[in-house]
Amino acid sequence: MSDTLRITGWVVLAALGIAAPFLISSGRWLEFIELTLFVAVLGQAWNILGGYGGQYSFGHAVFFGTGAYVQALLQFRFGFSPWLALPFAIASGAGVGAMIGYLSFRYGLRGSYFALITLAFAEAFRVLARSIVSVTEGGRGVSLPLNQDSGEVWTTLQFTFAEPFLRHAGYYYMILTVLILAYIAVWRMERSRFGAQLISVRENEDAAAALGVDAFRVKMKAICLSGMIAAAAGVYYVQKYLFVDPEIAYGPAKSVEALVAPIIGGLGTVIGPLLGAAFLHSIGEVAKEAIGALIGPRPGLDLILYGMILVLVLGYLPRGLAGLLDSAWRRLGGGR
Amino acid sequence: MDFLGLPSYSWETVLGSAISGVFLGSVYALVALGLTLIYGVLHIINFAHGAMLMLAMYAVFFLWSALGIDPYLALLIVVPAGFVFGYALQRGVIGRFSHGRDEITLLVTLGIAIMIENGALFAFSATERQVQVPYDFDGIDFGVTFAVWPEIAALAGSLVVTLALWLFMTRTDMGHAIQAVAKERRGAELVGIDVEHIYGVTFGIGAACVAVAACLLAPTYAVSPQFGYLFVLIAFTVVVLGGMGSFVGALVGGFLIGITEQLGRLYLGESLGLITISAIFILVLLFRPTGLFGQASG
Repeated sequence: MSDTLRITGWVVLAALGIAAPFLISSGRWLEFIELTLFVAVLGQAWNILGGYGGQYSFGHAVFFGTGAYVQALLQFRFGFSPWLALPFAIASGAGVGAMIGYLSFRYGLRGSYFALITLAFAEAFRVLARSIVSVTEGGRGVSLPLNQDSGEVWTTLQFTFAEPFLRHAGYYYMILTVLILAYIAVWRMERSRFGAQLISVRENEDAAAALGVDAFRVKMKAICLSGMIAAAAGVYYVQKYLFVDPEIAYGPAKSVEALVAPIIGGLGTVIGPLLGAAFLHSIGEVAKEAIGALIGPRPGLDLILYGMILVLVLGYLPRGLAGLLDSAWRRLGGGR
Repeated sequence: MDFLGLPSYSWETVLGSAISGVFLGSVYALVALGLTLIYGVLHIINFAHGAMLMLAMYAVFFLWSALGIDPYLALLIVVPAGFVFGYALQRGVIGRFSHGRDEITLLVTLGIAIMIENGALFAFSATERQVQVPYDFDGIDFGVTFAVWPEIAALAGSLVVTLALWLFMTRTDMGHAIQAVAKERRGAELVGIDVEHIYGVTFGIGAACVAVAACLLAPTYAVSPQFGYLFVLIAFTVVVLGGMGSFVGALVGGFLIGITEQLGRLYLGESLGLITISAIFILVLLFRPTGLFGQASG
């Protein structure tokens, strides 16, 4: 596909995204799209490090959770405005990324060992968040006060008591903004020198190093960028739900969501995490509706399907849904 | 939280904690033995290990609640079933879908773990269930601490399983074939060993070890769908600490982690004490990824 065609496609997609709240009046459907976008952001964060860099993290919750905790605690403990807390929260994602990256990459951890150490860090942060009660409130979690003053909507960055349209779409636009910024960043990264170096490290780290690529630096940049985007997703989460606890922040659920979406959508592609998130959520929602109608609501069903789809995609679609679309496009005669 | 001045305890309290750590550690060793075997031969990190343990715990529970079978008698049913399950899982799913690539295998086992865990949540709900046995209050009094019979059985079990695995690997033809595949896959193939079959058998034995662990844990632990996640992290730590692929390493690593956890709880408190496990995990990965008994390169 030519670049112009791709850009046109993205602009149409972005326009649809911006128009969605005007076209969709049902709060439930908009919420569904909003959560899909949230997972697509988490997935894109993972995709930078895992998809482009080949470093599979099993503990991406550590970045999401730290961003969420910093955003919540700066407001809760020090009365920061959410706008002032935001840069600190995003920087904390980069900071944790730098710490984990420095230790793992300096000591040459690759493949499964890198996956294990990220998992261990997420678990260590979960234990710390539970234990250092004087800072984090421990297992009870941090609750932010709900703003009920419609005049303070923008200063508190809370849309629950805003005027009807913002109440309908405020949080949706918040995550859409994060998503558009993150996807533009990855789009530009893919076409930059840094992106090419990152891909070369994924393909063959030793060969890349032999050609003069500083693999350590490249991986450090990738993990920091990845951490920042995951932390931004954490900021959105806290502003929307006004609550975070150790399980939500550092439990395995977010780490799994972050990696499943890009793998199913297509590793190392800009559109992959969005495709994966949309596909998974649609399937999960349909299954929940169908089974729910048969035997009443039961937890777990959507995740059973995620697991199955993950295994099937790994087995039969190594390039994910994006690869499938790409070959379909070629077969139709496009891209000549 | 007082980080600087750790509380001081009498030596009896510390010794008591350490001894209960040995019993706890034997439980960890039991879970880690299967994991280390699978890693040593297939060179894959089996993320589904905890989920398999949880599933086996449910099997033990339902054999007890529906048919009144004692957890120790259930060994006769659950262990062969575990072997068959593991063999089928490796040959039918993991081997088929992962194309022999390490990262893909890791992700496939993660996918299986997600399926099993949520399958259990869907079928059995999040309620905790526990087998009730008449002998779980009696035991041996060591003066500084007290161990109930199920804990003593788990300790004995971990020693027996380690010895049995070692004998099997060094004294039987199948054990030799497994070692050959672990060392040199292509060479083993050339001398006529069916590598896929060996992979299946190894995974089956790993799953059978999990089944043994489940039977020995059932009297003292309640099972819920999330049960495996806790154990899988600790089991990874034990395996990494002991050296991936080493049975003695798994046993010693299990004891060390058990003792460290109990002393950590004593000195740092119930919640923060668990940080010792993550800390050991991270430090070993960074500074000695081959572990205590592991061989360099692999």
